[in-house]
Amino acid sequence: MLRLALILCLFPAPLSAEEVVADLSQSRISITTDFDGSEILIFGAVRRETPIPAEGPLQVLITVEGPSEPISVRRKARRYGIWINADAVEVDSAPSFYAVATSAPWSEVISDVEDLRHDISTPRAIRSVGATIAGSEDFTEALIRIRTGQDLYQSGIGTIKFDRQTLFSTSMRLPANLHEGDYRARFFLTRNGQVVDMFEAAIDVRKVGLERFLFRLSRENPLIYGIMSLTIAIMAGWGASAAFRVFRT
Amino acid sequence: MDIYLPIAEVSVDAFLLLGLGGFVGILSGMFGVGGGFLMTPLLFFIGIPPAVAVATEANQIVASSFSGALAHLKRRTVDLKMGVVLLAGGLVGAVLGVQIFNALKAVGQVELLVRLSYVVFLGTIGGIMFVESLKTIRRSRTGRAAQRYRKIPLVNVLPFKVKFRTSGIYISVIPPVAVGILVGVLAAIMGVGGGFIMVPAMIYVLGMPTKVVVGTSLFQIMFVTGFATLLHATTNYTVDVILAVLLLVGGVVGAQVGTRIGARLQAEQLRILLSLIALAVCGKLALDLLVEPSEIYSLGAGAGH
Repeated sequence: MLRLALILCLFPAPLSAEEVVADLSQSRISITTDFDGSEILIFGAVRRETPIPAEGPLQVLITVEGPSEPISVRRKARRYGIWINADAVEVDSAPSFYAVATSAPWSEVISDVEDLRHDISTPRAIRSVGATIAGSEDFTEALIRIRTGQDLYQSGIGTIKFDRQTLFSTSMRLPANLHEGDYRARFFLTRNGQVVDMFEAAIDVRKVGLERFLFRLSRENPLIYGIMSLTIAIMAGWGASAAFRVFRT
Repeated sequence: MDIYLPIAEVSVDAFLLLGLGGFVGILSGMFGVGGGFLMTPLLFFIGIPPAVAVATEANQIVASSFSGALAHLKRRTVDLKMGVVLLAGGLVGAVLGVQIFNALKAVGQVELLVRLSYVVFLGTIGGIMFVESLKTIRRSRTGRAAQRYRKIPLVNVLPFKVKFRTSGIYISVIPPVAVGILVGVLAAIMGVGGGFIMVPAMIYVLGMPTKVVVGTSLFQIMFVTGFATLLHATTNYTVDVILAVLLLVGGVVGAQVGTRIGARLQAEQLRILLSLIALAVCGKLALDLLVEPSEIYSLGAGAGH
């Protein structure tokens, strides 16, 4: 909110103020044992008191991002005849999930300066300040490539349906290998590459039920979790062989 | 049906896991081996993170060796004194193994360590077994008696000799402790019971009678892999109980089927088959190390964790 307020102060709203109002089909995603991904519908409208300004078409840009965490990206090289991890770059902060959708080609939606200011495009959303290895951009590119392959980073250029400069909608697919945390959706309204308005919404992604119980126990009481795992496994093994014996006779 | 594994944080088909458990179970029933050395690499191949595969497999082995060890204890085919000596070594080895594992995990080389260990051990054991079985088959064709193994004299000159009544041997405790340590290290690093090392070592190095070998090794494996599981669970948080149970249920049923298939085959054919499977898995792992990977970059948890 502070950031939003700051942005609003720095860039006073134009005379013909246009505001973005938006919502998500789900603001809470539960990771259950049979979780195999989730589809969220994102929709909204532009609220304005005055007629549509004629300075250029309005565009919409939406990002959905998962919690950021530091990550090490490693590169293999051939050493002693085998391929082993040779170099590594520590990326200070990379979102565990990042999806961008726009209503038009990238260059028509936002300028580089605005992208830099709001950290919108995927490479901007990843921060690697302390990278010292030459060619560390290769590592960032690899991070994006790998996560794109896992559907964790998505780029939906032109996937937002934007009707009569007012109504917009799109959908995003959250993959099955989602990590839990506080997710954030950001909505940008742009004209001629400049951000006109911005709106934020939260998505709560949580493991629930058994998933949550096991995960938390394994982190908070690892010894008890370990003993429980052993007991469950022994009982399951014993039970399965007993069941098989009954089944045979 | 896809199932989300809470610790591995990946979504995998539950039937694939049951099937894998069943497949390895059939093989382990046929050959009378634990199967950890096959299961762990197969888990890598289906995309389970290596650290989770190793720790979870250790958990599964506890359960699969439990009923076997119990049966042998009832039949009194366990040398408890020897078992405890091997176990003492095994616990030390497991601590060492987890230390090595975690140190290499921190520098991003744990996958290499696990894969290399597999290539070396599967290659060596598979190769020896293959050559030995071929020799035995050739000998039985020409009608000559199999060669008798001699005890290694080193065991007799070492100090701290102890009587092991159940096995009827009087040897130094140093070799069994050393064998225990080696097996403990392997259990922690590779997620295997280590029976494939321990059983031959007990027969050929320690000179134990064959009837107590399997029971005693199961007794040691059960406790050492249990201890390794706890170490992984408390330091790495990598034991996935849902994964372990699914593999186990498939494995137990598979083992019962496998035992019956195994009874119809000859011992030497079985050994050749087993050695070929071991060599095939070794070959696949070696190939992954030797051939340039399609993606030379990989992601790991950041240093901040």
